[in-house]
Amino acid sequence: MNDHSINHPGLAHHFSTPQQQKESAKLGLWIFLVTEVLLFGGLFVAYGVFRAWNPEMFYNAHRSLNVFLGALNTVILISSSVTMALAIRSIQLDDQPKTVRFLIATIILAAAFLVVKYFEYNHKIHLGQLPGKFYTFRGIEGTNPHLFFTIYFAMTGLHALHIIGGMSVLIWLTLKTSRGRFSAEYYTPVELAGLYWHFVDLVWIYLFPLLYLIG
Amino acid sequence: METAIKNNYLNSPRGILSWLTTLDHKRIGILYLASVMFSFLLGGIFALLIRIKLLVPGEFLMSAEAYNRVFTLHGAIMIFLFIIPSIPATLGNFALPMMIGARDVAFPRLNLASWYIYVAGAVFAVYSMVQGGADTGWTFYTPYSTMTTSSVISMTLGAFILGFSSIFTGLNFIVTIHKLRAPGLTWFKLPLFVWALYATAIIQILATPVLGITLLLLILERAFSIGVFNPAMGGDPVLYQHFFWFYSHPAVYIMILPAMGIVSELVSVFSHKKIFGYKAIAFSSFGIAFISFLVWGHHMFTSGQSDLASMIFSFLTFLVAIPSGIKVFNWLATLYKGSISFETPMLYGLSFLFLFTVGGLTGMFLGALATDVHLHDTYFIVAHFHYVMFGGTVMAFFGGLHYWWPKIWGKIYNKTWALVAWLFTFVGFNITFFTQFILGSRGMPRRYYSYPAKYEGLHEISTIGSIVLGVGMLIMAIYLIASLFRGRSAPANPWNALTLEWQTDSPPPTANFAATPVVTGGFYDYDKVSPNPKGDS
Amino acid sequence: MDSLSNPFMPPQASTIAGDVDALFYFIFYVTLFFFVLIVSLIVFFSIRYRRRKSDETTSGVAHNTALELLWTIVPAILVIVIFAWGFKTFIRMSIVPKDPLEIKVTAQRWWWRFDYPDGLTRMNELVVPLGRPVKLLMSSTDVIHSFYVPGFRIKKDVLPNRYTIAWFEGTSEGTFDIYCAEYCGKGHSEMLGKVIVMPENDYAKWLAEAGAADESVPLDQLGASLFVSRACNTCHSTTGKSGVGPTFLNLFGHEVRFADGGRGIADENYLRRSILEPQAEIVAGFQPVMPTYQGILTNREIDALIAYIKSLGKE
Repeated sequence: MNDHSINHPGLAHHFSTPQQQKESAKLGLWIFLVTEVLLFGGLFVAYGVFRAWNPEMFYNAHRSLNVFLGALNTVILISSSVTMALAIRSIQLDDQPKTVRFLIATIILAAAFLVVKYFEYNHKIHLGQLPGKFYTFRGIEGTNPHLFFTIYFAMTGLHALHIIGGMSVLIWLTLKTSRGRFSAEYYTPVELAGLYWHFVDLVWIYLFPLLYLIG
Repeated sequence: METAIKNNYLNSPRGILSWLTTLDHKRIGILYLASVMFSFLLGGIFALLIRIKLLVPGEFLMSAEAYNRVFTLHGAIMIFLFIIPSIPATLGNFALPMMIGARDVAFPRLNLASWYIYVAGAVFAVYSMVQGGADTGWTFYTPYSTMTTSSVISMTLGAFILGFSSIFTGLNFIVTIHKLRAPGLTWFKLPLFVWALYATAIIQILATPVLGITLLLLILERAFSIGVFNPAMGGDPVLYQHFFWFYSHPAVYIMILPAMGIVSELVSVFSHKKIFGYKAIAFSSFGIAFISFLVWGHHMFTSGQSDLASMIFSFLTFLVAIPSGIKVFNWLATLYKGSISFETPMLYGLSFLFLFTVGGLTGMFLGALATDVHLHDTYFIVAHFHYVMFGGTVMAFFGGLHYWWPKIWGKIYNKTWALVAWLFTFVGFNITFFTQFILGSRGMPRRYYSYPAKYEGLHEISTIGSIVLGVGMLIMAIYLIASLFRGRSAPANPWNALTLEWQTDSPPPTANFAATPVVTGGFYDYDKVSPNPKGDS
Repeated sequence: MDSLSNPFMPPQASTIAGDVDALFYFIFYVTLFFFVLIVSLIVFFSIRYRRRKSDETTSGVAHNTALELLWTIVPAILVIVIFAWGFKTFIRMSIVPKDPLEIKVTAQRWWWRFDYPDGLTRMNELVVPLGRPVKLLMSSTDVIHSFYVPGFRIKKDVLPNRYTIAWFEGTSEGTFDIYCAEYCGKGHSEMLGKVIVMPENDYAKWLAEAGAADESVPLDQLGASLFVSRACNTCHSTTGKSGVGPTFLNLFGHEVRFADGGRGIADENYLRRSILEPQAEIVAGFQPVMPTYQGILTNREIDALIAYIKSLGKE
C-alpha cells in the first residue's frame, strides 16, 4: 500500500509524500509557537497590570538592572539566531560539517547568554532583590518593589527554561547531523529547531526593553 | 451472519505492550476511552456522595471539611480528567482520521505522548486525592487557595500537566485536518464533526496556555509567596479570577463544540436527511469559538470589577447565544420531512436538543446583569452548567459512543437495555437538576455543606433524581461491557451513514482503508440514497 | 415562603427586588416560549416524520433564506432587549442614593461584623430602618467572601485589603437571610446572618437602647446573648460537642490540655486570655484559627461571657 516508502526512507507511514510530511511538521511547529505566545502572553499581561498600578516603583526598580549586560545578552541572542540561520543554510547546501559548526556556535552563544544571566541573578540574590516574601533589599522607592522582581524572575526565568530546552534540542541536532542523519533532501528538524530558536530570540527582544529600558 | 474474524486494529498486534506503545489513533482513542470512563466513574461517585449528604440539612455522612474536598474533587476530576478530553481524545481520535480518509493523525507519536501526559496529570490528581484532596473548589480562588492546608499544589500541577495533553491534541487535529484530507475532500465537503473538532482545537491551543501560566503563578504563590495575588503584598486576588476565567470560559466551548459536531452527524444520519444549513453550522462553530474569548468576565459580575467591564461582558455574552440558537434551529429543520429512526444514538441526539435548549436558555438569566447578581453562586448556576455540560456534552458523548460503538468494537449492544438506560438517564437527570434551578432562584447558595431547613424538600427530590441517574449509568456500563463479550457482530455500516469511516470494516483494519479513498459525493447526500436499500436492519 | 404569583423568588423586600423579578419573569416567559416551541417541534417532527418504510428517501432541501434570517434576527433582537433591561436595572443597583445610612461590614471566617455609625458593633445581625437607603462599605480580613441577601436581590463580593460597596432600601418589615456566597472554607455554610428591618422610630429606639442595654442586664444573661450575637456559637458549642473550637459545657474549673503538652486550669484568667490572645494557648486537638476579640468586646462584655461560661459547668 505504501510503495513510496521504498524511495523515501524518512517518510512516515501515514503521509503520502515527503512534501506533505514536511508541510505538516512546519504547520505543527507554528501552532506550537502560537501556544508559546499565549503562555508568555499571560506574563506580559501580569507585567502590564502591575506596571500600570505601580509606574514609579517599576521605574525605580528597573534601574537596578544592568543595561549593559541586558544589551550584551540581546546581541548574543541575535547572533545565535544568525548562526542558527547559517546552520540551516549550510544543511540546505548539503554541507554537514559546516552545519555542525554553526549549530555548535549557536549552542555556545546560548550558553553565554545563560552565563550572563547567572551573573545577573547571582547579584540580585546577593542583594536580596528577590520575588515576593524573599525580597529584603532596601533602597528602591515605591510600593511593593518585590512585585517588579517577581515579574522579572518569572519572565526571564521562563525564558531561560526555554533556552535550556532549545539547547538540548540543538545538542541532539548536532549529534544527529554529525552522524549523517540530515542532508539537503531531509533537514526538517533543523528547520523546525530554527523556527523555535528565532521565537525564543524574539521573546527576549520584547523582554529587554520592557524590563531594562523603562522610561 | 458471522464472517471469519479478520485482522483488525484490535486483534493485531497482540499484547499489552503493543497497546502501550501503539501509534494507531484508534488504539490511542481506546486508551483514552478507558481513562476518561474511569475518571467519570470516580467523579460520579463523588457526585453521589454530595447528593446523599445533602439529603440532610445539618451534619450527616461526613464533616464539612470532607464535604469541601469532595465537591472540589468532583469538579476537578469531571472537568480536567473527564469532560475536556472526553469527545476529542476518544471519539475524535478514533473517527477524525477515517472521516477525512487518512491513515492516521499528523503526529502519531505526539498523540501517544498526549495520552501519557494525560496519565501523568491524572497521577498528580490521584496523589492529591490520597493526600486528602484540595478543598478550594475546582476554581482554586485566591486568597483561600494560597492559605488552605489542603493538597492544592499537586492538584493544580496535575491540571497544569493535563493542559498540555489538551494542547497537543488540538495541535495534532489542526494539522491533520489541514494536511491529511483525502483527494477530493475540499473544506466544504468536510463532515460537521470535523469542523467542530477544528474549532475546538483552536480554543485548545489558544486558551489552555493561559491556564498553564495561571496555575504556575498560583503554585509559585502558594509555595513561595511571590505576592501576585496577595493584596497585602500589592497583588490582586481578582487578577487571579481574570486569568483563570480567560481560559475557563473558552474551556466550556471546548466541551460543547465537539458535542454539537456529533449532534450534527446524528441528526442527519438518523433522519436520513441532508443536514440543513451546512455552512451556517460550520461557521457558527467558529463564531462561537471567537466570541468565547471575549466573555470571561460574566463569571465576575459581583467580583468588584467595574460596571463598564460588566456591561461589555454582558453584551458580548448575549452575542454567543445567537450562533448557538442558529445550530438548534438548523438541527430542527433537518428533522423536518426527514425519515426518522429512533436508534439509541438518536435518542441521545434528541435528548441533547431538549437538554441543551434548557441549559442554553437558562444562560439568558445569567447573562443579564441584574438577574445574575441574584443568581450568581447559587444552585441556579449549578443547574445551568450541569444542563449544558451533562445534558449537552455528556449526552452527545453517549450518543457518539453508541453511534460509533459497532465501528470501534465490531459488536452491537442490546438495544432494549439501551432504551431502559436512556430512560433512567433522561428522567433522572431532569429530576436532579431542574429542582436546582428553583433552589437557586430561591436563594440557596452553592458549595454549602449545611443549609436552612426550608430547602430540604427540593434537595431530597434532587437526590432521588441523582440515584435514578446513577442507575441509568450503571445499566449503560453493564450492557456496553457485556456487548464486548456477548454482543452480535456488527456490519460495516449498521446505520447506512455516508461518512468515510462507515465504508470500511467494523472494526477497521489498522491502516483504516484498503486504498486511499477518493471523495466524489457529499457526506450528507441522503436525498440520493435510501436509508435501507436491502430492507434488513 | 413562596406565593403562587412568584414561585421562583423569595418575597420581595427591597426597592430593587421588583425590578429584578420583572426582568426575571420576562426572561422566563421568553425562554419558556422558545422552549415550548423547540420541544413541540422535536416531538411533532419525531412523530410526523418517523421512518415508515425502510426505503423511503428524503428531500434535499438544505436552505431557506427567509427562515434562516428569521431565526437569526429575532433572537438577536430579543437578546439585545434583555441585555439592555438587565443593564438598566444593574445601573440602578450600582448607584447609591443620596444620604444613605452607612454601615461598615467586615467579613471574616466565619461571621459578619456590622459597625454602626455611632460605634455600636453587632455580629451577624444587621438592623436597619424601613424605607431608608442603607449603604454597605465592605471588606474582608482574610479570604474573599460575598454578601448576599436573597430577599433584597443584592450580592457583592467582599475582598481583603479593598472596599466594595452594596446598597439596599428595605420595603417590608421583617427578618431576611444573609448568606455568604463565595466559598471560604469550613464554615462557609455557617456564615449566616439576619437583616432585621424595622420602622424608623423602632430603629432609633433600638439604636439608643442597644448600647445601654448592656448595663442593666445580669452578667450571665448578657453573656448568653453575646455568645450568639458575637458569633462565638459559630465555633463553640454548649452541648459537649466539639466544633471548630472546644465546647464550653463543663469547661470552667476543669483541666485543659494544650497542644504543646502543657496543662492548665480553665479559670477566669484563662478565659480572658483565650478571648483576647487566642493564639497564646491552643487546646490539644484544635487548630489555631480563633481570631482575637481585642477591640470588639468591652471589659464588661468579657466579664459577661466569663460569667456565662461559668454557668455552663454547674450541672
